[in-house]
Amino acid sequence: MLIPHPLLGLRDAAEFTYLGDAALIERPDWQGEGADEAFHDYVYLRDNPAGAHRELWFHEHGDRSWLVVTRDTRTHEILKVELASDVAFRREAGA
Amino acid sequence: MNRRGQGGRINRGQPLRFTFDGRSYQGYDGDTLASALLANGVRLMGRSFKYHRPRGVITAGSEEPNALVELRRGARREPNTRATQVELFDGLEARSQNRFPSLAFDALGVNDRLSSVLGAGFYYKTFMWPAAFWETVYEPLIRRAAGLGRLAEAPDPDCYDKGTLFCDLLVIGAGPAGLAAALTAGRAGARVILADEDFEMGGRLLAERLSLGDARAEEWRAATLEELRGLTNVRLKTRTTVVGAYDNGVYGALERVTDHLAAPHPDLPRQIFWKIRSKRALVCTGATERPIAFGNNDRPGVMLAGALRAYANRWAVAADRTVAVFTNNDDGHRTAMDLMGQGADVGAVVDVREDAPRLGDYPLFAGAQVVDTAGRLGLKSITLRRADGSTEVVPCGALGVAGGWNPALALTCHQGGRPVWRPEIATFVPGETLPERQLVAGAAAGVFSTHGAVSTGVAATVAALDGLGIRTTPPDLPRAEDAPVNIRPFWHTGEGRGRSWLDLQNDVTVKDVALAHQEGFRSVEHLKRYTTLGMATDQGKLANLGALAVMAELTGKSIPETGTTTFRPPYTPVPIAALAGRSRGREFRPTRLTPGHDWAEAQGAVFVEAGPWLRAQYFPREGETHWRQSVDREALAVRSSVGICDVSTLGKVDVQGRGAAEYLDLLYANGMERLPVGKCRYGLMLREDGIVLDDGTVARLAEAHFVVTTTTANAACVYRHMEFVRQCLRPDLDVQLMPVTDAWAQVAVAGPNARKLLQRIVDPVFDISNDAFPFMACAAIRVCGGTPARLFRISFSGELAYEIAVPACYGNSLMQVLMDVGTDYEVTPYGTEALGVLRIEKGHATASELNGQTSATHLGMARMVSANKDCIGGVLSRRPALSEKGGFRLIGLEAIGTAELAAGSHLFEDGAEKTPAHDEGWTTSACYSPHLGKSIALGFFERGDVRWGEVVEVANPIEGASVRARVVSPHFIDPKGERLRG
Amino acid sequence: MRYSGLRLIKEALTGNKGWVPAWRDAAPQQSYDFVIVGGGGHGLATAHYLAKVYGRSRIAVLEKGYIGGGNVGRNTTIIRSNYLLPGNERFYEFSMKLWEGLEQDLNYNAMVSQRGIMNLFHSDGQRDAYRRRGNSMILHGAGAELLDRDAVRREAPFLDFDNARFPIKGALMQRRGGTARHDAVAWGYARAADSRGVDIIQNCEVTGFRIEQGVIRGVETTRGYIGAQTVGVAVAGASSKVMAAAGMRLPIESHVLQAFVTEGLKPVLPGVITFGAQHFYISQSDKGGLVFGGDIDGYNSYAARGNLPVIETVCEGGMAMLPMIGRARVLRIWGGIMDISMDGPPFIDRTHIDGLYFNGGWCYGGFKATPASGYAFAHLLATGQPHETATAFRLDRFRTGQAIDEAGAGPQPNLQ
Repeated sequence: MLIPHPLLGLRDAAEFTYLGDAALIERPDWQGEGADEAFHDYVYLRDNPAGAHRELWFHEHGDRSWLVVTRDTRTHEILKVELASDVAFRREAGA
Repeated sequence: MNRRGQGGRINRGQPLRFTFDGRSYQGYDGDTLASALLANGVRLMGRSFKYHRPRGVITAGSEEPNALVELRRGARREPNTRATQVELFDGLEARSQNRFPSLAFDALGVNDRLSSVLGAGFYYKTFMWPAAFWETVYEPLIRRAAGLGRLAEAPDPDCYDKGTLFCDLLVIGAGPAGLAAALTAGRAGARVILADEDFEMGGRLLAERLSLGDARAEEWRAATLEELRGLTNVRLKTRTTVVGAYDNGVYGALERVTDHLAAPHPDLPRQIFWKIRSKRALVCTGATERPIAFGNNDRPGVMLAGALRAYANRWAVAADRTVAVFTNNDDGHRTAMDLMGQGADVGAVVDVREDAPRLGDYPLFAGAQVVDTAGRLGLKSITLRRADGSTEVVPCGALGVAGGWNPALALTCHQGGRPVWRPEIATFVPGETLPERQLVAGAAAGVFSTHGAVSTGVAATVAALDGLGIRTTPPDLPRAEDAPVNIRPFWHTGEGRGRSWLDLQNDVTVKDVALAHQEGFRSVEHLKRYTTLGMATDQGKLANLGALAVMAELTGKSIPETGTTTFRPPYTPVPIAALAGRSRGREFRPTRLTPGHDWAEAQGAVFVEAGPWLRAQYFPREGETHWRQSVDREALAVRSSVGICDVSTLGKVDVQGRGAAEYLDLLYANGMERLPVGKCRYGLMLREDGIVLDDGTVARLAEAHFVVTTTTANAACVYRHMEFVRQCLRPDLDVQLMPVTDAWAQVAVAGPNARKLLQRIVDPVFDISNDAFPFMACAAIRVCGGTPARLFRISFSGELAYEIAVPACYGNSLMQVLMDVGTDYEVTPYGTEALGVLRIEKGHATASELNGQTSATHLGMARMVSANKDCIGGVLSRRPALSEKGGFRLIGLEAIGTAELAAGSHLFEDGAEKTPAHDEGWTTSACYSPHLGKSIALGFFERGDVRWGEVVEVANPIEGASVRARVVSPHFIDPKGERLRG
Repeated sequence: MRYSGLRLIKEALTGNKGWVPAWRDAAPQQSYDFVIVGGGGHGLATAHYLAKVYGRSRIAVLEKGYIGGGNVGRNTTIIRSNYLLPGNERFYEFSMKLWEGLEQDLNYNAMVSQRGIMNLFHSDGQRDAYRRRGNSMILHGAGAELLDRDAVRREAPFLDFDNARFPIKGALMQRRGGTARHDAVAWGYARAADSRGVDIIQNCEVTGFRIEQGVIRGVETTRGYIGAQTVGVAVAGASSKVMAAAGMRLPIESHVLQAFVTEGLKPVLPGVITFGAQHFYISQSDKGGLVFGGDIDGYNSYAARGNLPVIETVCEGGMAMLPMIGRARVLRIWGGIMDISMDGPPFIDRTHIDGLYFNGGWCYGGFKATPASGYAFAHLLATGQPHETATAFRLDRFRTGQAIDEAGAGPQPNLQ
């Protein structure tokens, strides 16, 4: 599998370490109402779609950036790649 | 001899000697083992898997199921090697396999007599009584009888390599389609790789007598190759099989670099496994001929017609002087013509079609079938049945069977693509869903004429390069034969006296398919799994379609309704060593050495693997005969004077920026924001699920500059986690991280004389007295007259202790300097064993305790998880099972008496029954404490925090041991911490 | 029809005309008492035990393709009960005991072969962890031995003792561990269930659930609606997809695990051996192929195929451990889709919908669990209560912090 890194171009997936669903960026508020439940769902539950999946990859043997890769889990086709920090920033700005 | 005096692609000027089953033969340069054996009149080359039937070579390529031999000897013995792919070299040794005592007489041939009992899946129905007999009687018998060749019993001595190649266009297969494609792309300036599994490029052109343009095909082939060799943008790779299609245009390919040499090459690997990153790939893998099933169609001498033709044309070998052909299509007649042209006596061409064409002057039996054969170890005659039912026996030593051609479409299926049925050519062709950026041309696409191969090869290349923005000028296509496929699908001759073989290696017959049908195993996958059809080393390349057709007949469905044939990688089998490359033995994984490694080695240290690192385990001195003597001495030296230990393997991360303090406050369970400059703090890091991830120290060197340490084992995953928190959770903070593990050599200096020792090397402007530099102080300093250093007053041993870091290049020197300046203190270097003893005595947790299942509460550190701030893992750490009062707590254990405690023992109340219900905990770490003079351990024990003083049984049934021990505080020495503050 | 050696001979003498289908190709009825979704090993075993042990009838197994086509037909065939944590060990030991009597129970030779499983260790820390595990196994009656280096050498002299990057220091041995013929397990259960009247319905994909006021009424399928009082789902690999139709989000990700088999070889390996310096396990089948595997590819996938990096890593582990296998050729590499749960162990539990039960999240452990999984799921379907060996496998275990994290890897499926 090859991942088109937004800064470095096409890189072999073996350079990366996978974490999982990009929803992990959306960490709940620890003081919010129902934080226990929110953290349970955040840490343990997954949509696990057959199709487009937004997921976190760490360029461990590269520039050490976290990426949000949108990939089709049925074909492994990569549909979109962004820097995770950009995605996280946008989330903060929108929040 | 079955070799003609002239012709063929062999070099008669270079005769080669070789042996098969100990007998010596001669062949020529350019031969394969199979062609050379046939030339010498050897038809019997192997035995089948189950019935041990005598078998001969049936193909001339990588799809060969029968002629499997053991090659070479000793550690280089190579089982199951296809004689059809072995290039002959002088001195080659080959042996037949799966037979005893000899190939001609095989005792297990008795299985063949029992075939009506040993049909498909018979083993599922018996061997069940008595139950204990399976492992002791039945299975050993089956295992000995099964299997094919013998693996070498010593490590593979050869070298294997790996590499990555890049190209615009990967052309797979160098037959007419592939050559035309490579030429088109090469002329257009594209970066091209042309790979072919054969040792000569040309594919089917090598095996045919054809003309292309105005010349013989050979001249076109030679000219094309010469032009390609002259193009620097084209890489030609013979002996290279593309074995798998992977995601995003990545292909795996095996190059056999030196297999054709008698001895290993001094400078070359045996094989190279290539990863090819292609922008486009063109599959020109040709087609594989398929057999027809009829009675006793497995005798040595029964071959595929195309193979018979290949042996005649390419190697000038007639498998026998008298041959016959059995066909359902026009191509079989071409074989007859070529064989006649080579001087063979064609005794019969049997064509199932009543309207069979006649291409030449041979006895033609139209509308007839071959129904049986004779000849125990080699074909002697065939029995044919005419349309009117009358039969005739025709003597012959070789029979060419032409059942039609199947595109070699494996690579098009590797990503789940399904082939589609093309009734007019009676075969499956690649479907619409090809792997990303892959195209197919020539016979692989079901285009079987030479003209079609060349023209589709060019057309596909134009399309592929167009997609890359590369303009092409198609070359003038040479004129070539463009005969249509005339075929009448015909799969088997029906019930007869002899069994009709489908899968030759695994001995699956038409009857077996019928039995599978009768017993309900009707889906293709059930059929394959129940009968083992297609599971042999040829992966069903010859057998699958025929079996599918038989099943279709039985179910009354069409072939495509019954199922498809599909393929998994690899296309042909790949040695495990090639896939591993050089990562084996000591090079299995990189070895990391600490900056003080050379010094430790010079001291005679014994090293131990610690994850990727080699660390000094202990430093034996003269006269010490047991590791315990060294370790006890080292540990006591630390407690009584001073010791030094290389702790550079600890992970170190520099954290800088205005937001660093706030960031670390989120990262660690305990507060970090108000850590004063010049101070260190123990840091407990949780995973988001509330379990302890790691621990270490956080040192604040300046307002916006911290350095944190991690455990050796977790350095990589903690850094990854830190970047996750920084980039994904708090991108708003001004923080930068830099892993600096390798940048600093770090040495623990521990013991009552630690300060006095350090004062001798710390530059005098820096005051490290107890007042100026108390416990948990840290500072950037200089040592040895200006060398930059970082000093941390932290203690893992419980003694007055420091860790001092200098740039990695000074690692060896620092150790030496500390030894040199402290001779009067008898400075003692200590290794990981003594380090372990010291930390157990002090009750510090390490990987054994922090094993990913431990909460802060288990460690007795619940209060460190601040409830007043957000921290990773804070919320979920308060779940009941992680924080309950009655749960496991870290405890110490002191053995009663002299018995030794073992880590991994289970804890029971004294006298309790040893059952899971009474199991109350376990030991995590254990050692002999030279300080206390007894065996001690750390462990987790239910409600352990309120049970100090209890006597428990430390049960270790796996080693037959049970020791009584007293539960104590995990801090065996100096629980108040007076030593480390002194 | 009863299978036996005598029957084989009798049939051989009469032209093998008497064999009948191993199971009927049943058409769906309007409704059943029990519908089991998924005709894999676990679903078929569930049906068998439901009929045989719990005496239930009107049972159907619905399979979207052909039975045994999922992970029961795509694994490395290892059976073992060498777990550390009590929640796991008692369950897998129960499974091992069922394996030991399986063939006589099913009258089908699944080739359960207890040739032993040996887990190598390479450091004192690993040895201590294996000692704890081995002691746990002994306490649970599973049996275990701690072998030192010399004892390992006696068992497997061909391992790399002399030139290894991570020298072998010993091994945890469970002699009762071994392998079983995976396809035969599925077929044996199917045949046994069928003989007790269970309808095995192939090419029948469940597309949805009919739920009224929180109670299951039946399932929508590609062959029409089928009513059911009780529905049990055992569709490892597709659990998230199927349970989403019931409105559930699961603590599961789908990952691809590749497995490998070589060309047939004369016997060289005695039992199952696992490497301690990397995830790698290997055995030799009765046909002679070396069967081996390693880690999952590590990214979510429903594609049932893997990529080269894992293939290479697995073979590196093989060569590091057993350098004599270098010239053995890999014949087939295939990928299966696993349910990977957030802590490793599975779920066998009721759901928030009355009458709908779930069995999944088996990670690597599904094959060896087949008998106990079927038994425990049958118990749950029949009684509404978890089986005594499966009480830990609850869907809500993470709410209370009762993860059963054998590997200590945390809630990250690709590390399980």
